[in-house]
Amino acid sequence: MLDLSEYINQDFEVPKRSSKLPVTSDRILAKVMSKDKINSTNHWANCIISVSTKKDEEAFSNLFSHFAPRIKSFLMKSGADATTAEECAQDTMVTVWHKAYLFDPTRAAASTWIFTIARNKRIDLARRNNRPEPEDLPWGSDPEPDASDVIMMQQETTLLAEAVKNLPLKQRSIVERAFYADLSHQEIAEETGLPLGTIKSRIRLALQRLRHNMK
Amino acid sequence: MTKNMTIKHHLNEKLLMSYAAGILPEAFNLVVATQMSISDEARARLASFEAIGGGILEDTNKEQMSPTAFQDVLQKIKKTKPVKKYSAPTMVEGVFPEPLKKYAGDELETVKWKSIGRGVKQAILKTDNKASARLLYIPAGTAMPNHSHNGLEMTLVLKGSFHDEKDQFKRGDIEIADQDLHHKPTASDDGPCICLVASDASLKFKSIIPRLLQPFFKI
Repeated sequence: MLDLSEYINQDFEVPKRSSKLPVTSDRILAKVMSKDKINSTNHWANCIISVSTKKDEEAFSNLFSHFAPRIKSFLMKSGADATTAEECAQDTMVTVWHKAYLFDPTRAAASTWIFTIARNKRIDLARRNNRPEPEDLPWGSDPEPDASDVIMMQQETTLLAEAVKNLPLKQRSIVERAFYADLSHQEIAEETGLPLGTIKSRIRLALQRLRHNMK
Repeated sequence: MTKNMTIKHHLNEKLLMSYAAGILPEAFNLVVATQMSISDEARARLASFEAIGGGILEDTNKEQMSPTAFQDVLQKIKKTKPVKKYSAPTMVEGVFPEPLKKYAGDELETVKWKSIGRGVKQAILKTDNKASARLLYIPAGTAMPNHSHNGLEMTLVLKGSFHDEKDQFKRGDIEIADQDLHHKPTASDDGPCICLVASDASLKFKSIIPRLLQPFFKI
């Protein structure tokens, strides 16, 4: 299993490998995020990897306690009744177990990856039919992800979540309503003005590296 | 055709956020998912929007699960078969990326085309009825009937290329058309152009004859 603890305890010393990026400096990161938060996002990534590599039921139990009630809440806010949301949250966790091997912590935070599974379940529920899931199809994940890249991805996601929280109320409300399926695509502005540049560069690098490894 | 090809025409943020949030009609979803499979850049753009969803999930309050939920899930895991593992992708792939195969079949050669005149052919794909999806085959140098739109239309090039008055579109490029765009896409001279098109409204043709034919051809 990937051990991230040595990085977490270094007080945000920037890992070297990813220095190519025009990143937000670690000082800004440290200001915005609490150490606890980074610790916990890394913890969830570690749990998924442990489920994937060791069929670790304890790690899965931790994931379940943290995410299942949130998925249920997310689905209820999206209009599902309690029974349906419960069932769908359970199904999401079943998929988390089976697809853990597809999780790539250099491309997505644990919460992001689990969100996409829950979102797909919600769509399936509404449609009861097949749906393309490009996230299943790619070349899987890097068998030996670089720990520094993992940390940076999880940090970047936390940072982005903070940025969304700090958006002007009106803009933030549009983002949230979209994700709770309370808006149609026609109601969203063509350019969202969301600060996604850094996270996008990071994901792009992760994809390039995967591709390079495949050659 | 390698996957990491550089594409010029991307989706706008509105459509990426809508896909990430899961609020697009199925036909549009199909186009987005197909483009993601062709271009890494497109995938990175989409994934950054999905990260917002992760933040929202992390931030939501907890809703109590049933007391037996965890045991139930372990039972379900034991009962369900593990999902099929996809083999490592190859650098060279066919015309249809994986998400499209579920709708159009595995290969271009087996598509059941219907002629709609002047060598242009189409195949309607089955999706929910909020929007329609179809494959279009346009012979080299042939123009599509001149039309405008009364809704949103997304055209993704799968093979060959086409150009309109303003630009050229190659494999992986997406053209977004709405009410304001009156255009006349024309396949390039060097070969037929095959596109995946999704639309949430029928096309309004400018001349009377195609308009009369419209109900028959479902376009």
